[in-house]
Amino acid sequence: MNVGAEIQQAFVVCISAVFTQNILLAYFLGLCPFIGVSREIKTAFGLGLAVIFVLTATVMLNWLAYRYVLEPLGLEFFRFILFIIIIAAFVQFTEMAIERFSPFLYQKLGVFLPLITVNCAILGASLFMVIRNYSFIVTIGWGLGSGTGWFLAIMAMAGIRQRLAHERIPRGLQGPGITLIIAGLMALAFIGFTGVLQGR
Amino acid sequence: MSPMQTESTQRKIIMEGLWRNNPIFKQVLGICSTLAVTNLVMNTIVMCAALVFTLALSSMTVSILRGYTPRNIRMMVETLIIAFYVIIVDVLLKAYWPQMSTNLGPYVGLIITNCIVMGRCEAYGNSNPPGVAFLDGAFNALGYSFVLLIIATFREILGMGTFAGLAVPYFSSPAWDKWIIMVMPPGAFFMLGIVVWIFRSIQVEKEDKPK
Repeated sequence: MNVGAEIQQAFVVCISAVFTQNILLAYFLGLCPFIGVSREIKTAFGLGLAVIFVLTATVMLNWLAYRYVLEPLGLEFFRFILFIIIIAAFVQFTEMAIERFSPFLYQKLGVFLPLITVNCAILGASLFMVIRNYSFIVTIGWGLGSGTGWFLAIMAMAGIRQRLAHERIPRGLQGPGITLIIAGLMALAFIGFTGVLQGR
Repeated sequence: MSPMQTESTQRKIIMEGLWRNNPIFKQVLGICSTLAVTNLVMNTIVMCAALVFTLALSSMTVSILRGYTPRNIRMMVETLIIAFYVIIVDVLLKAYWPQMSTNLGPYVGLIITNCIVMGRCEAYGNSNPPGVAFLDGAFNALGYSFVLLIIATFREILGMGTFAGLAVPYFSSPAWDKWIIMVMPPGAFFMLGIVVWIFRSIQVEKEDKPK
């Protein structure tokens, strides 16, 4: 496949990962922080940005590791461990680098980075990338798109939950219960985007 | 410990895992990897079996190794132990049930990042003997599984009119207008939200009574 067509495909994959196939609302990845850390827009924003960054970078690193290390050696089943190690190492290094070079950014994102290692969206995106056999360029689109999709979803949820803070919600439904119902409604709304990418 | 006492601790662990401290209602954690497969009962059963296997054995392994693991790399060791068991499940599924392996897609691998597995290893396996750690892991996973099975049952019957692939009398007839939305992602969110609501309300009532 030539590069032009690949870039086009990457673009389509990116848009569909943001809207129609949102990693959170269609694949349920990264639900724990979505429910736990979506009470305030400010924290949701920091966490969302960190996810976009780490997800895009690790998907690319994992693609390289899978294609050039695991496949030649025939060790595909080993990918779970390798991916996890790459993600953990990457997060660790980023944390150190940010702390050293940009105290401002560290203050904003620092607390969220360790949380990200256990975010299933990160590992999930890499596993999907392997299953769907994406090329490197398409993988970049996929990583950016899924990260942005997650960011969008958690920001929307945080906005809604801030509004709900003063509403009278039945006791059993408070917290996770209402969050899940809202997530369901949001997922319904996102299904409406399906028509955007018709013919794919 | 006398036999009497052991029995009562075992019963306590079982009750805690299944009901009082149920991973889903109480903590609403670790639903990511498993909620996605609740559209069909069969997928859910296989996924839950994988989870019980992984959680029980990795909790036991963490407990066996707890004396030898340096504290500061504990988390990494736990992750590797969990990944080890998940790889076993993944390889077995691929070899003996390739169809199911395709159905579950990446979600088997995502058991590694399931917060429940890590949480139990960290909270229980790390400070208790192997036997009870195994029991605690197994019953937490079972408590988790039974909630998911409830969700899967409703989703499959309402959405497809079948239960584990078998036609259900009324729901598979033309008289029942299938709720396709139930087998799509929003259905999972709604069902889980409703289930959490019901069980939490029951628990809230119980907590209120003694006052």
